[in-house]
Amino acid sequence: MSTNPKGQHRKYHTSQRVDQISPSGIRRFFDLLASVEGVISLGVGEPDFATPWHISEAAIESLEKGYTMYTSNLGMPELRQELSRHLKNDYNLEYDADGELLITVGVSEALDLAMRAILDPGDEVIMPDPCYVSYNPCVVLAGGTPVMVPTNEQNNFEIGAADIEARITSRTKAILIGYPANPTGAVMSRDKLSEIAEVARRHRLLIVSDEIYAKLVYGVEHTCVATLPGMKANTILLGGFSKAYAMTGWRIGYAAAPREIIAAMTKIHQYTMMCASTMGQVAAIEALKSGEDSATEMVKDYNRRRMVIVKGLCDIGLSCFEPKGAFYAFPSIKRTGMTSEEFAERLLTEQKVAVVPGSAFGEYGEGYVRCCYATSLADIEEALTRMKRFVDKHQKGGLT
Amino acid sequence: MLKEILEILQDDAHTTTKQISAMTGIPGAEVTKHIKQAEKDRVILKYKAIINWDKVKDEQVWALIEVKLTPEKDVGFDSIAERIYHFPQTRTVYLISGSYDLFVLAVGKTNHEIADFVSQKLSHIEGVQGTVTQFMLKRYKEDGEIIEEKEEIKRQPVML
Repeated sequence: MSTNPKGQHRKYHTSQRVDQISPSGIRRFFDLLASVEGVISLGVGEPDFATPWHISEAAIESLEKGYTMYTSNLGMPELRQELSRHLKNDYNLEYDADGELLITVGVSEALDLAMRAILDPGDEVIMPDPCYVSYNPCVVLAGGTPVMVPTNEQNNFEIGAADIEARITSRTKAILIGYPANPTGAVMSRDKLSEIAEVARRHRLLIVSDEIYAKLVYGVEHTCVATLPGMKANTILLGGFSKAYAMTGWRIGYAAAPREIIAAMTKIHQYTMMCASTMGQVAAIEALKSGEDSATEMVKDYNRRRMVIVKGLCDIGLSCFEPKGAFYAFPSIKRTGMTSEEFAERLLTEQKVAVVPGSAFGEYGEGYVRCCYATSLADIEEALTRMKRFVDKHQKGGLT
Repeated sequence: MLKEILEILQDDAHTTTKQISAMTGIPGAEVTKHIKQAEKDRVILKYKAIINWDKVKDEQVWALIEVKLTPEKDVGFDSIAERIYHFPQTRTVYLISGSYDLFVLAVGKTNHEIADFVSQKLSHIEGVQGTVTQFMLKRYKEDGEIIEEKEEIKRQPVML
């Protein structure tokens, strides 16, 4: 028997690398959530729409026809060709369907593969704080060291080029960013992104860019990192179908990168995953071929909900930075004097509204909570009413 | 701007001015102005509920009637259509292309009522050449709404 980092006795020795990452603090939360009736959840980061029927129908048809075998490790050729066309259309980027694209099990796998493919033990990866919960652990599990760059509301939660440059060492390998951002809803302006690209070029760093929310932007344009001058050769572009086409459960994502990097990622992928699900890939082909209208409709709807929740949060006194992308609002809860975890837990038990504490996304997420507005307007309104009751009851006396 | 307001109302006529204003960022007074104007211009015809009558003990008989017409000189089909659509039994009347000319959706309390309407009213109208009446057996979808009760999709309590 020995003890784990928390000092508890343990019977099995799990890897130290795994031991050093903490389980998501949110898990406990969702167990609690499952046990309470009548909860309105602004917690889960996924569309509330079912996958557009024409996409599901294409997958059903493929099952009927017997498309139930493995696909090529890289992904179905037709999907890679469609994807290549799509990247050309959207961004005027040329990716060879044969060697520069890899279809993965969601962006999650693509991120894991990217980290394992590029990192040697001790290599450092610079990323924003707060950021999506997987970034930090993925780097650690790949043997790397995450280097966090604080971002804040005053800077629209955009990671700054100078802040990145100040943290570059001889071990720095890559910059990992994800804009439009989970959990903040921040979108990076082209100018800010260009400054980061400039730093990356100067120091010969890769940018790993998780652009899963690329299509979910409101009134602003998304800039794909690889479209910046000279950046295609230095970017691992990660994308997927989950958010724009409401396909989270299908688990289809992709990586677009220089040939050698895709080759390295494919090596890991073929030994660990073989291929992404065939059915999901067929659905993804349909999404690329004719899913644009459905995606546009959903974005329109998200935008209405975004307007409602941001205004609603501000009205009840939780000041909220205006999110221009994804489907999250990230209001400050500092006026309540609670920690974000305390706020989320008490809001859940007292008013039955589930939000995610900002601290789950990093040290600099403290003082905020993440509210996903990919839920019905009626639920958003009811959640806001309950949150108002909660805030009115708990706000520190005398604050305005 | 008007289009966006109309889209929201078409999806849910109950949406209040205040809600529309919050959803679109258009000031409430302007939303009201647009809606009032649209009502005046008959862009918005009426606000109605879509009802699943099968769930209420109130049997209704729906019939889709194909009507073949002989066009009248100078006035074409419009005047015949007008004579038909004034009957309260007609719910929907369309001029269509194809093997017949008017599509009429008629609603009555009994088969008899529909039969009487077709045989004693509709088929006697000048310019009506013939009719084919099809009684509706089951409604699956009404005005964009699926009638079958939706099984609530329960999201798994997953993280992120």
